[in-house]
Amino acid sequence: MSTIENKFTFSRRNFLRTSALASGGIMIGFNLFTACKPNVIPSVDIENLNFNDFNAFIKISEEGYVTIYSPNPEIGQGVKTAMPMIIAEELDVEWDKVHVAQASLDTKNYTRQLAGGSQSIRQGWDALRQTGATTKQMLINSAAVKWRVEASTCKASKGIITNEKGETLGYGDVVKEAATLEVPENVTLKKPSEFTIIGKNATNVDLEKIVTGKPLFGLDYKAPGMVYATVLRPPAFGQILDSFDASEAKKIKGVIEVITIGDKARKFLETGKFNWTFKLSKTDKVVVIAENTWAAIKGKKAIKATWKVDDELENTENHNEILNKILGAKDFDTRREDGNIEKAFKEADRIVERTYHSPFLPHNCLEPMNFFANVTPEKIHLIGPVQTPEYAAMVVSDMLGRDIKQVQVDMTRMGGGFGRRLYGDFVYEAAEISDAIKKPVQVVSTREDDMTTGVYRPAIKYRIAASIKDNKITGYHLKEAAINSNMYGAIPHFFPAGCIPNYKVSTKSHKSDITTGAWRAPYTNFLAFAEQSFFDELAQELNKDAVQLRIDLLQNVKKTEDKSIQYSGKRMEDAIKLVVEKGGWGNAKEGVFQGFSAYYSHNTHVAELAEVVLRDGLPVVTKIFAAVDCGIVVNPTGAINQIQGGVIDGIGHAMYGDLTFEKGKPSNKNFDTYRLIRMNETPQVEVHFVENELSPTGLGEPGLPPAGGAVANAIHKAMGKRLYKQPFIKELNESIKG
Amino acid sequence: MPNYTLKINGKSHSFSADADTPLLWVLRDELDMVGTKFGCGISQCGACTVHVGGKAMRSCQLKVEMLDGEEITTIEGLSENGNHPLQEAWKEVDVPQCGYCQAGQIMTAASFLKENPTPSTEEIRQAMRGNLCRCASYNRIEKAVAIAAEKMS
Repeated sequence: MSTIENKFTFSRRNFLRTSALASGGIMIGFNLFTACKPNVIPSVDIENLNFNDFNAFIKISEEGYVTIYSPNPEIGQGVKTAMPMIIAEELDVEWDKVHVAQASLDTKNYTRQLAGGSQSIRQGWDALRQTGATTKQMLINSAAVKWRVEASTCKASKGIITNEKGETLGYGDVVKEAATLEVPENVTLKKPSEFTIIGKNATNVDLEKIVTGKPLFGLDYKAPGMVYATVLRPPAFGQILDSFDASEAKKIKGVIEVITIGDKARKFLETGKFNWTFKLSKTDKVVVIAENTWAAIKGKKAIKATWKVDDELENTENHNEILNKILGAKDFDTRREDGNIEKAFKEADRIVERTYHSPFLPHNCLEPMNFFANVTPEKIHLIGPVQTPEYAAMVVSDMLGRDIKQVQVDMTRMGGGFGRRLYGDFVYEAAEISDAIKKPVQVVSTREDDMTTGVYRPAIKYRIAASIKDNKITGYHLKEAAINSNMYGAIPHFFPAGCIPNYKVSTKSHKSDITTGAWRAPYTNFLAFAEQSFFDELAQELNKDAVQLRIDLLQNVKKTEDKSIQYSGKRMEDAIKLVVEKGGWGNAKEGVFQGFSAYYSHNTHVAELAEVVLRDGLPVVTKIFAAVDCGIVVNPTGAINQIQGGVIDGIGHAMYGDLTFEKGKPSNKNFDTYRLIRMNETPQVEVHFVENELSPTGLGEPGLPPAGGAVANAIHKAMGKRLYKQPFIKELNESIKG
Repeated sequence: MPNYTLKINGKSHSFSADADTPLLWVLRDELDMVGTKFGCGISQCGACTVHVGGKAMRSCQLKVEMLDGEEITTIEGLSENGNHPLQEAWKEVDVPQCGYCQAGQIMTAASFLKENPTPSTEEIRQAMRGNLCRCASYNRIEKAVAIAAEKMS
């Protein structure tokens, strides 16, 4: 269970630096990323580091004002609030007096920053605490020197240092001297029982700006002389630009010029470097440059382009045939194998086998993809919403043949991420356009651009078979057939790995032109539904309570010595018991149907209980209980928000999410035909946390995967119908019609 | 390009724009009021909601030539100091995740509460169905609208 342990080595001497500020006060810097990663060798001489090499700071002014700079990109997951809270706790200042700012506008600060995998809090925990505590100790040491007493006789709390005589000094009073002192080693961290900030609600630090409409997001950014651009890309995957006529576009008022880009991206692709930037397609793209967004949008519509087929145009029907064929064949990669699955199946009394189907899904961040670029002979300035700023800088510097030191990336608050903004295709386009026109440019996607030229959650099918002997599950075989890529390394070691003696995970993928990538809780966003529905059927088959079946299975993994197993049997059981208690499993009111599901992902254990009622014969999800073990809850209000959002997102996409392809073209272009869940369709989500003092884990993703299964299992209870395909609405409609 | 004068948040704003330019882009590009957001461009998401004559409307669908003489309110002008009961309720409940849709949600809710100051839960859920929140902060939006309604009545 190695990944559950959150101990990351941290060395003060290497990663903390202090400096007196010319304006008065002290700046403490540390490198979050290297501080958190075991065995990282710093790439530069530590002694020569300046503050630009750090990515999180505390600034304390002589007046005692504390500013904490938040290091990571904010995509709605709440780290801009939660990460500074952890520093403030150990620094021992009052939270409402702390000012939080996004780290300063310098690429060097951002070079190791990322939002993804629900890892910011988990990986930052130790380093953030150490930084706060070390700073506090330096301030105490400084006061002790002033008083000529032993530092050990002094205490600090809420920004005030006190000695044995009862004399006090504020942090601001001693900060100047503190900056000249040595960085102390072996500082003491607080016990969780001593926390006064962690575990208390802190509202979103950008709340005031959000509710009053202040500029915050990428599309809100403006610069002097900036022009707007829209990009016409091939309407179908597998097409490239043949020719175009821009004469009508150029007549539109406000359109400045029409250009093509693609050459730089193509040459970069040919180098074979950074090959997960697959989104750089080979085609030329037509770009409309305009004085305002509206002219750029109209200009793009007026371009008459012809496209030629570069590769086979794909259909969903073909994908289904291909994936079904893969599932029926024997050519798989084995990802985990315990015991002897063939023997278990041969000796079984009976075998249960089911197949589950999922469609492609677009991310549909409400803020469409966009980016600002200003490429000048001296500098490349990139500003906007991207989850991987370091990567974007590397690709742009390589693509334009420029020194990385000339590239500055600044992050705005993001109108959603969900994985889409891990891929920086829009950054590269903006840079290529600005380089071509020699102007600062804001590249804007329309919703149609965003939805039809995306990086989708790939269509995947699972076939799961279980062997049953003497009314026990003896074998379990999961096969995954996926478009483009298969589940990542840790997933085969999630539940039920370790619970069933003969266990196997096999995967195989089919290469497609349709670009695919990470989508909130990659793979598990659908896998959890498949497995948790399957276990519900197994419980029925074994004539067991659905919850009891999971608890019985989990006993088998509790004492495992297998370090590859990713989850904890005990923590999962605790989460299950909590949801059973809070949701009243088995005690549903007349007309209310319950469904259960539990899943571990992104280091967090979550159990969910869904309540469904029937209205006019149709299932309506009215309530979800969620029990979550994420260790210490840093910011309860933010944590609950993440789980509520994840659960409803999971239900919405399981019920309605669908993107099919015909001749390479996505079936939906905008929210008139693409259905996202809306308020009148949402259940109330009641969230409970398992109380413990374990290091915190992430919450952006793990609430989502169990939701679909809980709902499907409740629908089965209500209607007697098992669901095997997402979106559920299609199967439900067919069944109602039939 | 023709010149227009619009009354927005109680002040007159003059600018030149193409007659078919949606109010959304006038606000964002010409007048630097970026609180009104672009989400879909076809009135399906509600991120661009403003008030015209006190009624919630989708600014992506309002051509500037249609707006002569109308009183327009945007999120920037909903209250003097960000203290409209809905804005206060939004802060109390800590509604936003990414925050992108929230200005539109608040504008829809403000117009709705004027028409129906004492809504039921179901009425709130139906009234707010036109505004998408991709982060799905729906439970909290619902709660904040109810709190604001309580305070306003």
